[in-house]
Amino acid sequence: MSNSKHKNILVKTVGIVALMTVFVFAMVPLYNVFCEITGINGKVLVSKELYESVKVDTSRKVKVELITSINRGMPWDFSTDTKTLEVYPGKLYEVSFYAKNKSKSTITGQAVPSVAPSQASFYVSKTECFCFDQQTLLAGEEINMPMKFYIDPDLPDSVHTVTMSYALFNATSKDSTAALGQ
Amino acid sequence: MAHDHHPTGIKRWLFTTNHKDIGSMYLWFSFIMFLIGGAMALGIRTELFQPGLQFFDPNTFNSLTTLHGLIMVFGAVMPAFVGLANWLIPMQIGAPDMALPRMNNFSFWILPFAFTLLLLSLVPQLFPDGAPNFGWTFYAPLSTKYGPASTDFFIFGVHLMGISSIMGAINVIVTVFNMRAPGMTLMKMPMFVWTWVITAFLLIMVMPVLAGAVTMMLTDRHFGTSFFDAAGGGDPVMFQHIFWFFGHPEVYIMILPAFGIASHIIPTFSRKPLFGYASMVYATASIAFLSFLVWAHHMFTVGMPVAGELYFMIATMIIAVPTGVKIFNWVATMWKGSITFETPMLFALAFVILFTLGGVSGVMLAMTPVDKQYHDTYFVVAHFHYVLFPGAIFGTIAAVYYWLPKWTGNMFNETLSKIHFWLSIISVNITFFPMHFSGLAGMQRRVPDYNMMFEGFNQLSSIGAFMLGFSQLLFMYIVINCIRGGQGKATDNVWDGAEGLEFTHLPSPAPYHSFEKAPEVK
Amino acid sequence: MSLLNRVMSGTFMLFTLLASGVWANEPELSKYNLRPGVTENSQRVFDLHNEVAWIMLIVAFLVFAAILYAVIKFRKSAHPTPSKFSHSTTLEIIWTVIPMLILIYLTKPAIGLLLDMEDASKADMTVKITGIQWKWKYTYLDEDFEFVSELSTPASQYEDYARTGTEKGENYLLEVNNEVVLPVGKKVRFLMTSDDVIHSWWVPDFAVKMDAIPGFINETWTRIEKPGVYRGVCAELCGRLHGFMPIVVRAVTQSEYDQWVAQKLEEKAEAARLAAEAAAKSWSMEDLMEMGKKVYAEKCSVCHQPEGQGLASFPALAGSEIATNPDKIDEHTSIVLYGKNAMPKFGDQLTDAEIAAVVTYERNAWGNSTGDIVQPGRVGELRAGN
Repeated sequence: MSNSKHKNILVKTVGIVALMTVFVFAMVPLYNVFCEITGINGKVLVSKELYESVKVDTSRKVKVELITSINRGMPWDFSTDTKTLEVYPGKLYEVSFYAKNKSKSTITGQAVPSVAPSQASFYVSKTECFCFDQQTLLAGEEINMPMKFYIDPDLPDSVHTVTMSYALFNATSKDSTAALGQ
Repeated sequence: MAHDHHPTGIKRWLFTTNHKDIGSMYLWFSFIMFLIGGAMALGIRTELFQPGLQFFDPNTFNSLTTLHGLIMVFGAVMPAFVGLANWLIPMQIGAPDMALPRMNNFSFWILPFAFTLLLLSLVPQLFPDGAPNFGWTFYAPLSTKYGPASTDFFIFGVHLMGISSIMGAINVIVTVFNMRAPGMTLMKMPMFVWTWVITAFLLIMVMPVLAGAVTMMLTDRHFGTSFFDAAGGGDPVMFQHIFWFFGHPEVYIMILPAFGIASHIIPTFSRKPLFGYASMVYATASIAFLSFLVWAHHMFTVGMPVAGELYFMIATMIIAVPTGVKIFNWVATMWKGSITFETPMLFALAFVILFTLGGVSGVMLAMTPVDKQYHDTYFVVAHFHYVLFPGAIFGTIAAVYYWLPKWTGNMFNETLSKIHFWLSIISVNITFFPMHFSGLAGMQRRVPDYNMMFEGFNQLSSIGAFMLGFSQLLFMYIVINCIRGGQGKATDNVWDGAEGLEFTHLPSPAPYHSFEKAPEVK
Repeated sequence: MSLLNRVMSGTFMLFTLLASGVWANEPELSKYNLRPGVTENSQRVFDLHNEVAWIMLIVAFLVFAAILYAVIKFRKSAHPTPSKFSHSTTLEIIWTVIPMLILIYLTKPAIGLLLDMEDASKADMTVKITGIQWKWKYTYLDEDFEFVSELSTPASQYEDYARTGTEKGENYLLEVNNEVVLPVGKKVRFLMTSDDVIHSWWVPDFAVKMDAIPGFINETWTRIEKPGVYRGVCAELCGRLHGFMPIVVRAVTQSEYDQWVAQKLEEKAEAARLAAEAAAKSWSMEDLMEMGKKVYAEKCSVCHQPEGQGLASFPALAGSEIATNPDKIDEHTSIVLYGKNAMPKFGDQLTDAEIAAVVTYERNAWGNSTGDIVQPGRVGELRAGN
């Protein structure tokens, strides 16, 4: 049996293995793009969008619900006074979220946005959101964080309520996790 | 045979590059793993015999289910098929050996290390917080942020198994493409070779995906990345997408070679050629192809958009068509044949019948709205054990009975092997059939304890499991007995209707180097 | 042939028997089958399940009958000369097309049902459900109260390591301390999320099973048609006590529901009043230790173990740095309040007094004997961030 014949197929199969290895890591960014397009998981674009020449649809109103969750290991207050609001698709709205670091050390938080129903996540556009970046609060510090958004007028008629959820996680780097209490 | 000199003793096995020696080692290794994984299953069934926690802490119980799954999938079924490939492919295509013999040796010897690593996680002195306890699917974040320290050994073990599988698969591909006897065109290849070469392509495509998934786990655990952690911008559901992108083809990796085996045994004992050879090949290839497109049917409850759920439901149901073709073809092979019921045929028949039952529940599970009730219950456990035990394991057992006389030159004890068959088929149904009922009635998977309403079914399952487990010791005895002489010499043709180069062109036992000179295939 | 006939009819009888056992459409819980449940969707799921199961069983039966016929009719002694045919395009087309038609037939009702199950719009009320290892937190978003619901079966019923057998209640492992109460006839939307790993909230009677995923929310819904108590479980492996986090939903009429809500709100106000009272007073070591022992046994001992010795990845408290170092009293309290890594937060489950008591207990039990006392007032200050 000729060795070069073996080598030829060997190279090709190892090539497939290498390609698949690249593919699985490429899946990570691809997945995120895919999610943002299709709304898997209610994942939303965590990047700023512009509010330009959006037509306001005054023919219907959509109920927007805002809910907050505080993950464990996060000694913060995190809430909004605006629990629900009725919005016109296409109109820009501003709401405010309140956060307070109740511990005795500096803590960095990351709010993870999520939208239900998942097919609506594609139609939630934010021009400003605290969830785009991490927030670092000194011990005892309070902050009011604005969030500006509009609902895309293309939102399907079947969606009447859009729930926007923000789950707050402790994102303080691991070296400084004496973050609790003292 | 003039060339039949080879080292003896431990060196023969350590340094061997012979496909038969390596095949035997794979098969024995897989059988040992089968017993270890089986012992864990019996531990699970002991705890589940009655309500209440009698034997294991729930955490230990979770480790048992995790290791049972991992060992059976990666330690028992996959190495068994690689072992059969080693033994059979060179003989079936008229080659002297595998194409890359040294790599063959290496890919086997990785396995004992991989599984030692995995099993070391059970040593409490090394890992006081226990063995991996997150299920064989190791969903994040349970396996990342919340995984025990032994998870790192598990990750390393999986990497090694993956490397071993990839090397084994590459070897099969090179052998099949380059070393076929003159005249053996692709469409004249025996079905086992066909199914294996398709399996090998699945392996080289998905094992890197698994390796990638565990690598991401590792960096999430220790190097500050957040692939699967929402806090850092990652997503735990992405883990499931990656895992099942590997996992669904993996399911077919564990069944396609068994399809090939049945396609040899049924024609032999029906004394009739395989019905629809070409459609068998195309059906196998399309099953393999479709397996890349249906992964998220394991994830109907994660909250996918409805369009995604519809797509995955329909794509999954399409798989039933080529699978059905295979089953109908086997039945048609028997039709108007002249059938005898030697042990390999009995196991092959049981394979077809029980695999059909597993396929039936598979179609039910594919229906998204109903799957929301079935998902993560014992109904699913029943389903995949029906395709794996009577599918992959019975397939392997049938193959061993079918080719053992060719390998050893001796006939096995027919009476004992029939007892083994009847014990196995009765107990496999006692074990797994009641799980359909307990699942439908509402018992969820992976729990060490349950309400009394599930007690009857669980007791049946436990009794069946012990019968099933201990019956396999009889199998071990029959095989060893056969190696040591069995019931006398086997003829070169072994079975009345056996076709294929290994039966028509080679003596029993087959010589150490299968075909010194390539046979002519017409 | 008479043998063949007998075997065939025997097999058929076996199937009918099996099927009648399986699909005995009894009103109460079937031991063998899915339950029709108490919502329109669960009934439709049940019907679809039965239909698919029947069709698939018939298909399987036909295959088995063909195999049985072949092995009897074409066994060597009865049929010594095999025929040699090996393909038939017509046949192969037939058994490709017929399964396709069956599948298309099955897909149609499934699509309609799925679209309805996924449409949670126009709900009358919303409950947010948070999975926590190993309990559920229910937040009534419209009413602004929340509670945690966990297994109420005592460990003495399920821990039987002496293998003497234990007395078990009827709803063994399917009972909780705080039931979820929902009104019948109303469209209730559930928002699922998790505080740690992935859980899955499943109540078979509603045909609702939805994963709770940390950081994300998932939406599903139900409309219960019949008052009653419905039990479910966590379906996704979520760690050690995955099998021990049941769900109990009590469906009641609207007026009973309103009463229950009023009572819950009253309890909430009462708890706030008691907390203020507790914070104002100075507690004795004995009182704190007594209360702390009880709270510890209920909430902490499952993981940290009755003697504070820890278990597997759950750290020991006896003799630990955090529970003995006098500089770490506030940190200790904060961890109980807010959680850390695998430790859930208890700030939303326990009052200031209970937290003060359990921290005091942990600092003085099992030889820790620090003499430290944590007053409920201090817990309140930490909560407020002072």
